[in-house]
Amino acid sequence: MKKRVWMNLVMAILVAGLFLTVSCAKKTIVSDATTIEDQEKIKAEANAKAEAEAERIAQQNLEDQMANENAFKETKAMAAKNRFENQDIHFEYDSSDLSSMAKMVLKEKAAWLKTNYVSVTIEGHCDDRGTTEYNLALGERRASTAKSYLINLGVAASRLDTISYGEEQPIDQSTTESAYRENRRAHFTIN
Amino acid sequence: MNKRYCFHAMFNKIILSAIVCFLGLSWVLFLSIPVYARDYDYINISNPFLNKTPIAVTEFKAFNGHATEVAAGKKAIDFLRQALDFTGYLKTMNPVAFLSNPAESGIQLGQINFRDWTGIGAELLVTGGIEEVNGKVKLKLRLFDTFNTKLLVGKVYTGPRSQIRKMIHLFCSEISYKLTGKWGVFNSKIAFVSTVKGKKEIFICDFDGKNIKQITFHKSICLSPAWSFDSKWLAYVSYARGNPQIFIKNLKEKRGSIVNYKGMNISPDWMPGQLKLVAALSFSGDQEIYLLTLKGEIIKRVTKNWGIDVSPKFSPDGKKIVFTSKRAGTPQIYIKDIESARVKRITFKGSNNTSPAWSPDGKKIAYVGIEKNNINIFVMNIDSGMPVQLTMNAGDNEDPAWSPDGSMMTFTSTREGGVPRIFVMNASGSDPRRLLRLKGKQTQPDWSMSKSTEN
Repeated sequence: MKKRVWMNLVMAILVAGLFLTVSCAKKTIVSDATTIEDQEKIKAEANAKAEAEAERIAQQNLEDQMANENAFKETKAMAAKNRFENQDIHFEYDSSDLSSMAKMVLKEKAAWLKTNYVSVTIEGHCDDRGTTEYNLALGERRASTAKSYLINLGVAASRLDTISYGEEQPIDQSTTESAYRENRRAHFTIN
Repeated sequence: MNKRYCFHAMFNKIILSAIVCFLGLSWVLFLSIPVYARDYDYINISNPFLNKTPIAVTEFKAFNGHATEVAAGKKAIDFLRQALDFTGYLKTMNPVAFLSNPAESGIQLGQINFRDWTGIGAELLVTGGIEEVNGKVKLKLRLFDTFNTKLLVGKVYTGPRSQIRKMIHLFCSEISYKLTGKWGVFNSKIAFVSTVKGKKEIFICDFDGKNIKQITFHKSICLSPAWSFDSKWLAYVSYARGNPQIFIKNLKEKRGSIVNYKGMNISPDWMPGQLKLVAALSFSGDQEIYLLTLKGEIIKRVTKNWGIDVSPKFSPDGKKIVFTSKRAGTPQIYIKDIESARVKRITFKGSNNTSPAWSPDGKKIAYVGIEKNNINIFVMNIDSGMPVQLTMNAGDNEDPAWSPDGSMMTFTSTREGGVPRIFVMNASGSDPRRLLRLKGKQTQPDWSMSKSTEN
């Protein structure tokens, strides 16, 4: 009989041990739940990241747009500069008088010079009818007439230099009236 | 032949009487205007209707007769013929017509049968002898007046074989002096502008376009070369340092100075007999003509007038300048007395007259007139004020410059293919011909003085 009691006791211990192991198994499941919680966190983080990325892209777009606008502005400024440098004023044969068209162009140049603080060389040129030395003199008169006009429009004389190339640097070498017209000019270069 | 001789004998008489008349006249002139009494003995080079005088150049006598001597003699004859033909007043005759050969019969006065030469119309005769020993050459050269059977010039030149051309030119200067009263062009040089790879540089050459030499290497724009009276200095304009400045250069000694006032420093010209210059400067804000020292220091302001004043050229006596001014609204030619400051306008025809040049005898001004896009060279007698057109219907013609004896002019013309080239013509406008062949465009010739036969 005593032996049976011992058997029961052993059984009890065994069952308890089994229970214990079962409870142990339950514990593992709990730890699984915490993993799920982490995943949510990751998801949230990812979402936040995506949002941030979206925001960044938006910001970037904005920046790009601004850059584009700046570039556009720059292009515009560049165009104005090019216009300043490339638009010559023209003269009649053997004359250094300013035509109304030349005065208009000079007004535009004076306006540009007010916002762009640079110094400028005005080149005087002639067509090739006329002798070399006389044309050097005439070219200088053309450059200095343009200079005086700009000074009258408020440009500081110290920013304006002149040089004459006479008939030495024609744009068009041919001997037509239109070539002569194109060659009789004052050209503006930024120093 | 007989008839022909008669004609020439008659012609001879006419010439003789003309010379007698001339001598008589010159005596009268001598009493009244001594300076102009005897400008020339044989040929008046300022006569616009001058016919070329036929001159016979005979084969040279080779004294030793060896091959190098004969070859040197042939070379000398070629130089001589070319030089004489270059003048506007002599014409060498074709040797085929010659009736005798002084190289064999003798080159001295007593040995020449002048009827052989008058008979074929040769008014002048040159005989020559050559001796060559070890590269050293002796030239014996004579010029005869065939109608008067007279020796006019007899000279002996000795030097290395490489100097034959120079010796011949010295003899030609003697011929010129005897015939025209002036030393001629044979000692002179011409400076000009030519493009090298599109850049204008200064060049020089002999009077006949030979011995071309580049003087500047600025790779910029060089313009307006001008010889000093002694041909030792050259002034020119260069953009090498930015604005146009005048470079004054001693050709032999490699020294000089630069006129670099603010603005424009252009159109230099040298005073005759002195190392001073005039030039147009614009540092005052207006172009004016100034008298300058060799170093570019201002001696005197010559013009005082608002507007273009440019291209000054001295009178032969150095007391006046002729220049271009726009003071009357269009470019015209003016003469100004430097001392008294008196100004006189001399051109009244046309609305664009520029680039004046004073003739060496002081009596005429050559200039460029532009009418209806035609650019031509004119010459005006200062006293009469009557312009005569020298070039026409042959491209654009610019930059007239007188030869030192006043018998010729050099100028720029586009008559050959529209490209500017250097030409020479007689002072009357006749006989224009191209001076030299060189790549690129050539412009703005200036003819140096040549005073005597010195080296």
